[in-house]
Amino acid sequence: MHSVVCIKQVPDSAQIRVHPVTNTIMRQGVPAIINPYDLFALEEALRLKDRFGGTVTVVTMGPPMAEAALRKCLSYGADDAILVSDRSFAGSDTLATSYALTATLRKIMESMPVDLIFTGKQTIDGDTAQVGPGIAKRLDYQLLTYVSKIVDVDLEHREIRVERRAEGGVQLLKTMLPCLITMLEGTNEMRFGDLDDLFRAARYELKVWDRTVIGIEDPETVGVKGSPTVVSKVFAPRPRSQRAEIIDLQDDSPKNLASTLLARMFTQHPKLEREIAKRAR
Amino acid sequence: MNEQARKPARKKVELDPRFVSYRHVWVFIESERGEVHPVSWELLGEGRKLADALNVDLCGVVIAGPGERGKGICSEAFGYGADKCYLLQDPVLADYRNEPYTKALTDLVNTYQPEILMLGASTLGRDLAGSVATTLKTGLVADCTELLIDTESRNLAATRPTFGGSLLCTILTQRHRPQMATVRPRVMAMPDADPSRRGEIVEVPFAMLETSIITKVLEFIPDDSRDKPNLPFADIIVAGGRGLKKPENFALIWDLARVLGAEVGGSRPVVQAGWIELDRQVGQSGKTVRPKLYIAAGISGAIQHRVGMDGADVIVAINSDPKAPIFDFAHYGIVGNAMTVLPALTEAFKAHLAQARKAG
Repeated sequence: MHSVVCIKQVPDSAQIRVHPVTNTIMRQGVPAIINPYDLFALEEALRLKDRFGGTVTVVTMGPPMAEAALRKCLSYGADDAILVSDRSFAGSDTLATSYALTATLRKIMESMPVDLIFTGKQTIDGDTAQVGPGIAKRLDYQLLTYVSKIVDVDLEHREIRVERRAEGGVQLLKTMLPCLITMLEGTNEMRFGDLDDLFRAARYELKVWDRTVIGIEDPETVGVKGSPTVVSKVFAPRPRSQRAEIIDLQDDSPKNLASTLLARMFTQHPKLEREIAKRAR
Repeated sequence: MNEQARKPARKKVELDPRFVSYRHVWVFIESERGEVHPVSWELLGEGRKLADALNVDLCGVVIAGPGERGKGICSEAFGYGADKCYLLQDPVLADYRNEPYTKALTDLVNTYQPEILMLGASTLGRDLAGSVATTLKTGLVADCTELLIDTESRNLAATRPTFGGSLLCTILTQRHRPQMATVRPRVMAMPDADPSRRGEIVEVPFAMLETSIITKVLEFIPDDSRDKPNLPFADIIVAGGRGLKKPENFALIWDLARVLGAEVGGSRPVVQAGWIELDRQVGQSGKTVRPKLYIAAGISGAIQHRVGMDGADVIVAINSDPKAPIFDFAHYGIVGNAMTVLPALTEAFKAHLAQARKAG
């Protein structure tokens, strides 16, 4: 069984700060990590390998520094890693990204057929959840999003059954391999890689593929030129026209602060007072 | 990649001639087993404004199984502002599945050519939107918080949080149509329904054989909704953040919530620390809420949190840092220690309610 896991290296958004004056992102010192949602995808692929044997290939599209994320995946137990990197990819939106990743997957399939493609449910920097579905559509693979559990795989009949998080419940689905799965978070726990994998990850000769290797001849089909969406501006949100009415009676007791708040609030918002009075029963 | 890596566009980009005749604003009306997801009505409210700005029709798309109340859903959609509804009913559309739904919506777009197509950012809507946008090779902007029309170019300016909710960015789809966008539940206001409004139903046949569809739904197991917090529809929410210092101090939040009959919420750090469960997270990566009263204690007010609760009627913030960004958008602010202010607030509301009770 051959699974390919698509991952992304992202800045740890929990540590991102916005400069209070210039309203720009302060990137310095923000660590780059594997998109946390992708780890659930990788672990699920490794579990299938434990059960059925086979190969787990990890792929990422990104700048050369994304190599670190791939080596991390190798240290968890992935067999192969491919970095797809080209200057012309810069500025790709989700449609252009799924195009380049699909070309990469087709290239992988030339040497080894793919049974399953895994992605995380979304990234923590873009939060779009669009690249996984995009790849599935381009490859004409069955798409299974928000999968919470792989119930079973019947390799002989090429069938897979999964549980999928749907609106208001869980769908039990049956489909055929090959297919693309986006894994829901919290569905498994990433293993600790063993020492052998750690050494192998350090020594592994990473495959770095550029645009021509994956067969994209026209640079205008990727990057900014290949993206239907453009960012027209980036900005910090405006404060409300009025700042909060601050109740800050110097040295006053919390009790007085609280009653001052209630009095002002209920005078200015009589509807809210009625809403709360309803709760008096 | 991400929006930050992308330089703002300077050149004016013209619409591809293939799409010049694309007109009207569409909203995908998400329904399962005859139940409409309320985000669809919120989108119709927003879609009405866009359609009026463009001087075109607002149309709903209803996709359902044959036994379901498709026409009833269309009538409801007219009440919420739709002028027209496209109705597709077929046995293969009974349960949501990516393949037939993608085909149904993509075919419909190619036939009737709308300039804007909006979907709710639910699990279903995200699954479908990404698939349809890729099939059509058009632009899709996820989780929009504001939608505006440039009347000259007829472009949709779609604003969304970026970089994990640290900044906002506005995205355009200039060359392609339809311009697609998803919006999370409760981000837009629920419009008032006018049951006397009427519209036109266009029934569209859908030809796809069950035998040609590879994925089968074996079973649907509905969630047990009892005891599950429902923050998006709560009238009052008391929320806590990292400023509470210790998980034990969250009890002060629960005390106040109990007195007010409120739901309890929290910012991302306290959910990640495990102080409260995931269903209670308010913000970009959690729930979007629109209560009548939102009390935030020890929450600094990062954009990540703000985009999830900005729609509250009244926001009260308690924070010991007078420079905390939450005071820029709260209505009332108490600069002080949440651990002492919260119990005082609980007592003050208790006293107020006791008085209301006496007054009958």
